[in-house]
Amino acid sequence: MKAFASAALALLLAGLAAVLAWTVTRPVTPGRDVPALIAGALDVSGVSHPVTAVLLNFRGYDTLLELVVLLIALAGVRCLAPLPPPRGSAPVGGVLRELASLLLPVLVLVAVYLLWAGATRPGGAFQGGALLAAAGILALLAGRDRFLWRLEHRLWPLACLGVAVFLAVAAGTLAAGGVLLGLPSAHAGTLILVIEGFALLSIAVTLVALFLGTGELEDRDP
Amino acid sequence: MTLLPLAPDVLLGVALLFTAWRALYTQALFPAVVFFVAFGMLLALAWMRLQAPDVALAEAAIGAGLTGALLMAAVARLRGRDEDRP
Amino acid sequence: MTGQALYAVLGCGLFCLGFHALVVAAHPLRRLLAVNVMGSSVFLVLVAGAAPGDPLPQALVITGIVVAVAATALGLNLLLRLAVPAAADEPADGEGGS
Repeated sequence: MKAFASAALALLLAGLAAVLAWTVTRPVTPGRDVPALIAGALDVSGVSHPVTAVLLNFRGYDTLLELVVLLIALAGVRCLAPLPPPRGSAPVGGVLRELASLLLPVLVLVAVYLLWAGATRPGGAFQGGALLAAAGILALLAGRDRFLWRLEHRLWPLACLGVAVFLAVAAGTLAAGGVLLGLPSAHAGTLILVIEGFALLSIAVTLVALFLGTGELEDRDP
Repeated sequence: MTLLPLAPDVLLGVALLFTAWRALYTQALFPAVVFFVAFGMLLALAWMRLQAPDVALAEAAIGAGLTGALLMAAVARLRGRDEDRP
Repeated sequence: MTGQALYAVLGCGLFCLGFHALVVAAHPLRRLLAVNVMGSSVFLVLVAGAAPGDPLPQALVITGIVVAVAATALGLNLLLRLAVPAAADEPADGEGGS
């Protein structure tokens, strides 16, 4: 019976895969030429890289709510009762410590470069924030966790900073007679860089806190 | 034949299917996570083939890097647990 | 068949592979892996189905990747919280006594 059920499931899913494959390879009727629309509006977006323009300007609302989703995930993790601290972790080796001291400055530099590069070429706040978070996790694994107590005391202010700045800009554009998040093209480049800078910091802090999980910040507090 | 330009894509597709299959059906959890990280890295290559360098950067940093670190930390904690109670 | 269509079909295959693993897998961490593979396959279909270099699906997929990692982190913490008893739940004589 069990063998029959698993065979039926496999068959059903193979059929589903075939139907899906047939669907996605069918020619679609061309709708509006979105890439051309984006390329046409690029001049007023404040940046010259189309993906950054979509993320921070044309669809800024999505990005704002995405930062809120990160905050909600962090709140969910921090609500859980703390786990016992991990036992028997291996001591940090000398190679890892030396590698971390070499890599950490480079990672931070590349993260800032990605933020700055996002205006003109592939890069941006999310990639840079992820890289900064990776630097934080590498520092943790290499035993350089002195920055943690600092993080513990300012976790929520730092994590909320990106959303707060984004909302402040949104309120500013609304009050200036425009629409919500309709960045004025004269200052759009600067505004995007400011939003992205704070968002990068918040994303990195949130991701490191998500990696630490439930209540480990308190456990490591010296 | 005009199939030659597709060869890297086919190779990448087979590698993606293989790593995903190993990640989902390997018995032990740790090798499964390693295969999942490999899957994320190959997916970053696939994004480059699809002319999406931004997505490739995000996938390499977040999809493979951070998710891998999260999963490995979780597996390490679960393993410590399992050794306690055989 | 073009390269784009190839990746779209590959996405469909990966989706069903992940779905199968989600149904048959016993360990919750494996199910989390399966959900991640399914998500990545949806991203693949989304980007491969659009015009080459179309920035709109790319921006949506970057958003999706960040949301996926946040959901994975929450899922892993819930999973660990289920599997490992909290410090307060431990018996007084420690784990060796159980």
